Amino acid sequence: MKRFLILIFCSISFPLFSQEIESVTLADFQKILQAPNDKVLVINFWATWCAPCIKELPLLEKLHRENPNAQVLLVSMDYDLDPDIEKVVRFQNRKKLQAKILFLTENDPNAWIDKIDKRWSGALPATLVINTKTKKRELVQGELAEGQLEELIKKVNN
Amino acid sequence: MKALFLSLIMAVLWAGAPIKEGYEVGDTAADFKLKNVDGKMVSLGDFKNAKGFIVIFDCNTCPYSKAYNERIIALNKKYASVGYPVVAINANDASKSSGDSFEEMVRVAKAKGYDFPYLVDESQTVAKAFGATNTPHVFVLTKDLKVAYIGAIDDSARKAEAVTKKYVETAVDELLAGKKVTTSKTKAIGCGIKWRSV
Repeated sequence: MKRFLILIFCSISFPLFSQEIESVTLADFQKILQAPNDKVLVINFWATWCAPCIKELPLLEKLHRENPNAQVLLVSMDYDLDPDIEKVVRFQNRKKLQAKILFLTENDPNAWIDKIDKRWSGALPATLVINTKTKKRELVQGELAEGQLEELIKKVNN
Repeated sequence: MKALFLSLIMAVLWAGAPIKEGYEVGDTAADFKLKNVDGKMVSLGDFKNAKGFIVIFDCNTCPYSKAYNERIIALNKKYASVGYPVVAINANDASKSSGDSFEEMVRVAKAKGYDFPYLVDESQTVAKAFGATNTPHVFVLTKDLKVAYIGAIDDSARKAEAVTKKYVETAVDELLAGKKVTTSKTKAIGCGIKWRSV
């Protein structure tokens, strides 16, 4: 019985459920980028149709699981081609993604890509690592390499 | 003598400056020679009657390329006859994206009825020289290969009917009217070009 209770307790404290996907406007998202945060923000721009994005998701999931000092945000850019959030929800369930997913709902990317980062071309995948306190930022355009996220976190924390 | 000395210094400084990859609006593009889906080599210099070019870095596989396929065909229909042909270039590394092999390009060009060159940039040197990052990524050039516009085709990838700003059409219309291009640079979400691993 005791064993059973421990089992139940464990399954509650370490839920394997994915976090609910949040729809955000650019203004909502910019607030997240600017709000002081004790953790380093690791923001990955991806989409369900983007093969190199899907390939690198395990690196971000691993960081989410293993580094308590990093806050991983997977920002889905699917809206631009398909405004239905359900496609992203299904993808999240299928891949059992644990990191927080945001669904950015903005039209006309030319109006806002520069507001996220002037260096970013808009091509996916792209990853932004931000220390909100020192405002240090690193942008990676293209696929992440193994260990690169840890390097970038070190860089913005220096 | 002083002028000569100064220009020598400038030349040395210039040579020492890091080589910047990618064109900005106002730069002059270098012509290229790439293999077309019909097997023939194509250069911009071959288009004797062109007033300019709509160079589009594109591919077979990207959902954005697919979303813009008909619009690219329509651009060539509208502008080739008035002197601004579409020249499409696929720079994706076929070892990373097998759907972008030359054979697949030939198949897509045939299936879609491309009536414009669809060139393979196997070494990716042209895409790098231009500074192309996405597919589709447009560079509108004038006859003397001056870069007049860089960016997206329009402001609505999802639906052609929802477009409010036809960036490329407006730029070419302005050039044809002898005017300055008002919106000369835009950005869009899209697939990154699949670069070869080094």
